[in-house]
Formats: sequence, structure tokens, C-alpha cells
Amino acid sequence: MLKPGLLTTVQDLGRPGYQQYGVVVGGALDAFSARVANLLAGNDDSAAVLEMAQTGPELFFEDDTLIAWCGADFVAQVGGQPLPRERAVRVAAGETISFGLARSGLRAWLAFAGGVDVPLVLGSRSTYRRAGIGGNKGRSLAAGDILKLGEKSVRSATLLASLATTRQRASTWSVRPKFLGRIAPPGRVRAMRGPEWHWFTPEAQQAFFSTSWRATKDADRMGVRLDGPALALVQPHEMISSCVNTGVVQVPAGGQPIVLLPSRQSVGGYPRLAAVAAVDIGHCSQLRPGEHLQFQEITLAAAHELYLARERDLNRARSGLSRMAG
Amino acid sequence: MMQIIPLGDTALLVELGDTIDEPTHRRVQAVWQALAAPPLPGVIELVPAYTSVTIFYEPLQAVNAGAPESGIVEWLGAIARERIKNPPKIEKNKGRTVEIPVCYGGEFGPDINLVARQSKFSAEEVIKRHCKADYTVYLIGFAPGFPYLGGLPKELATPRHPKPRMMVPPGSVGIAGIQTGIYPLATPGGWNLIGRTPLRLFRPAEDPPALLHAGDRVKFRAVSREEFDQLEVRS
Repeated sequence: MLKPGLLTTVQDLGRPGYQQYGVVVGGALDAFSARVANLLAGNDDSAAVLEMAQTGPELFFEDDTLIAWCGADFVAQVGGQPLPRERAVRVAAGETISFGLARSGLRAWLAFAGGVDVPLVLGSRSTYRRAGIGGNKGRSLAAGDILKLGEKSVRSATLLASLATTRQRASTWSVRPKFLGRIAPPGRVRAMRGPEWHWFTPEAQQAFFSTSWRATKDADRMGVRLDGPALALVQPHEMISSCVNTGVVQVPAGGQPIVLLPSRQSVGGYPRLAAVAAVDIGHCSQLRPGEHLQFQEITLAAAHELYLARERDLNRARSGLSRMAG
Repeated sequence: MMQIIPLGDTALLVELGDTIDEPTHRRVQAVWQALAAPPLPGVIELVPAYTSVTIFYEPLQAVNAGAPESGIVEWLGAIARERIKNPPKIEKNKGRTVEIPVCYGGEFGPDINLVARQSKFSAEEVIKRHCKADYTVYLIGFAPGFPYLGGLPKELATPRHPKPRMMVPPGSVGIAGIQTGIYPLATPGGWNLIGRTPLRLFRPAEDPPALLHAGDRVKFRAVSREEFDQLEVRS
């Protein structure tokens, strides 16, 4: 690791199963993009990737490797040439890849054939900084860190060898997360009503779905606070702490909603007005301060339809790639 | 009362009451046990809270297990309801009891005199009453291993600090309103600190990774600084 970037961490699909002990699920903020990056690199879904934010890392490779990255549009180079996104890319021993600023969006996920090999902690390699566990010694990456990679799959090795033979930098084919499933219109995410929806005034309910909310700089891996009209309750309500979910829109006393991201706590004490559809949570992790976001109401059945459609498209892409490799 | 409410498109909230008390807690424990084994199809994890159990599921796994595509929640909800019909009987004081040694006051409990003033007791009396009570772990949350304990004697209730401390040391035992709890990690926090335990509440190298689990009974035992130091070395 020559330069770490602003906040680069090792992440996988998180640490589910331990919320009852107060352990956050965490993992890649856009798990779907991380899965696609892994697919491109010939990995299983659960291989550990690097998540970068705003300014990416610079990495020197000691061995020939296959990589792939998905997510925000970062300035990225390999050996002085653009490093293509959403493709399998061959990097030779002695080469350096560098990620600069994100031109739009905020975060990207970089997969390496074999995955980042850090110890499993509670079933996951995800970095959980608050508890100081997972990833690289429980912290974000720093210059001088050395990342070991796991063993390449047969598919990764075959692909790397064929790119090397034809002296190609990258695969001619790509898998683009935004073409899988049905993405929301620009600037919008689909959302359902939450358990405490009826605690809010009709004006607040109406405002929630009609407002163009502005993302604030009060944002991290736990959630993004939005700025707009204050959302009021019909009457003061004592909220008993209860579970939250990724994508839940909770509204603290000030009336400004917060969209929860994967490193959310397991329980929360604020009314849960709504919940963003699982397929659109990745979009929320890309919001820059000042950008606008609108919620579009859908039913739970529609959210499931979107979810299943995207999973099936990913499965189709997966079988397409394995046919090519086979 | 029981209600099953969606919490987004990957979780179902099983609501079992609207008060924080022992009967509701026992109901939560019973429903949690009933849903836990054997595992429900498509379900990733169950999380108990004060008045509810949340079922986290993966929609594709549920469909692969037989759920109709346009009725995943109805299907899963019906299975959950059937399970909950005959929940196991959870008897009072049948859970594990965990003893927590605490060195009260001094540098470990900078707010003990504040709690004493609030309750009009001496610091010694606050310690005696804090140790005499039986506590129940209602849920673990806020931080890994952080127990929300019910059972604090009402007379010790003390409002939380209006301005939270920037850093509360791990092991600190605090009071906030009628709640008492223990900080597993160094975090900012607004609870009144009355002492510290040498036990580690979050144990990431172990599975389960928390000393205390929802449903446990807890007793505090006052220890001297010497005993604290010895226990700390051992833990």
C-alpha cells in the first residue's frame, strides 16, 4: 500500500448473526457492487475487497494478479493508462495502480483474485473500526501496509493466463451493476413505509415522499443525515429502543431523517418512518454532501420483485461468465 | 398482543408489547426461543429487543425454500405465527446468573456522589442498594456487548448528563434514568459513572462474543481496588 487514500478498509459481506450481541453487521456499504467486483475477478461473493471513499489508494503489486472494481467513477490508472471499471483487469508484478478522486459518487469496491486474506473475526473479514476488529488489525489501511491475497480460483487463474497470452490488459466483456435488475430514476430511491409511519403527521408523511432532500456532511458508514422540512410527530411519543435495519429512515427529535447504512447499530431509539428498498441502499452510500435525494413510495411486494430480479440477473451473469471460462 | 410488521424488505418485526417490564421480557424470550430452533427457512438471524423480536431474512433464500414470490412476508409471517402459538414457558429466574465484580467510587466512579445526592443516600448506601438488586439483561445493543439492564432500584434513578463525556473508559458501570449498564468499549457517553468492572464484556475472539446475553440475570458485587487489579490481570 503506497498511499491509503482517504478511508480505505477491508470489507466483505459483513458479520450477520451477531446483532443479538450488539455487533454491527457492517460490510461493504454497497454489497451488490462488491459482489459484482468479486464475480469479475473470479471470486466467490464473500471474498474480502477494499472499499475506498472519495480519494482512493495507490497499490504496488508484487505478483501478477487479476483485479476488478465497481462503484463510483474514480480517476484510476494502471501503468499510466486508464484502469477500466467493471471489467477483469490484469496487473503484472511490479506494476502500480492508483485511484485518485471520485468524479461523481463517493465509494468504490476493488476486488483481487483470491480476495484479501485477513483473519476471519466472527465469521467475517470486514473492518469494524469502532470495536477495533476485522480487516487489517481492525483499522483503515495505511501507507506501508502489506495485503496478502488468498488463493486464486481456477476461473481467476484461467482468465489471468488468457489475458497474459493475448497481452490484453482487460477483459473485452464487462458486468455493470447498473444494468442488473431495474435501477431507480436518477436522484431517486425506492422506499416503503416503516413501523412508526403512522406516528407522523399527514403533512410529514406527504413531505417525506415529495421533498427533494439534501444530503448533509453528517454522514459516515453508519448513516446519512438529510436536510429538508422538519418531519413532525402527531404527538410526542416515547420510543422504546428496538431493532433497526439497513435502509431504515429514522427521524430523531429535530425532524431531520437519517438513512441507515450497513454499519448502523443493531438497535435504535428513534421512530422508523420508512425503509429504503435493499436494491437502492448502494445509491445512498454514494451521496455527497449537498446532493439531492428523493424517495419514491413502493410496496413491499414491489421491493421484493426488484430484489429478486436483480439477484436473478446477477446469477445469469455468473453462469454466462462460467460458460465463457469453461 | 402480537403484531408482525415489515422492517424494510429484509426484516420482520414481531411486536409483543409496549412496556419495558419483566412479563414482556419473558414473552420476548419465549418467542425468540420458539423462532430460533429449528431455523426458519430463509432466515439469517433473530434479534431480541425490549418488546420485540426481529427476524432478518434473505428474500431469494425464502423463495428457494418455497415462499411465493409476491407473498414472501405473508408466507414467513404465517410460519412464525404457527411457531409462536406454543412458545416454551420461560420461568422467572431460570436464566443464567452472572456476577459482575465492581470497584465503586473513586476514579472509577466519578459520579457516585452525584447519584448519592440525587437519591439522598450516602455513597455507601448507593453501593449497597446497587449490589442488592437483581437485574435482567433486556437486550444487548448500542455497542458490542453493552447490556441494557432492568431492575435498578427506583431510588437510584439519576438523569443522564446533559453533556456526554467525550470518552468513557471500558468497564464503566453507569446509571441513566432507571437504567443501569456497563460500557464494553471506550466510547463517548452520558451515563452517570459509579464504578468499573475488570471483566471484559466484548470478547471478539470468542463465540458468543459477549459476556452477557439477553435474558441473563446479573448481580453486582463490590470489590476493593486490590481485588479489581487481580481480576483485571486474570481477565
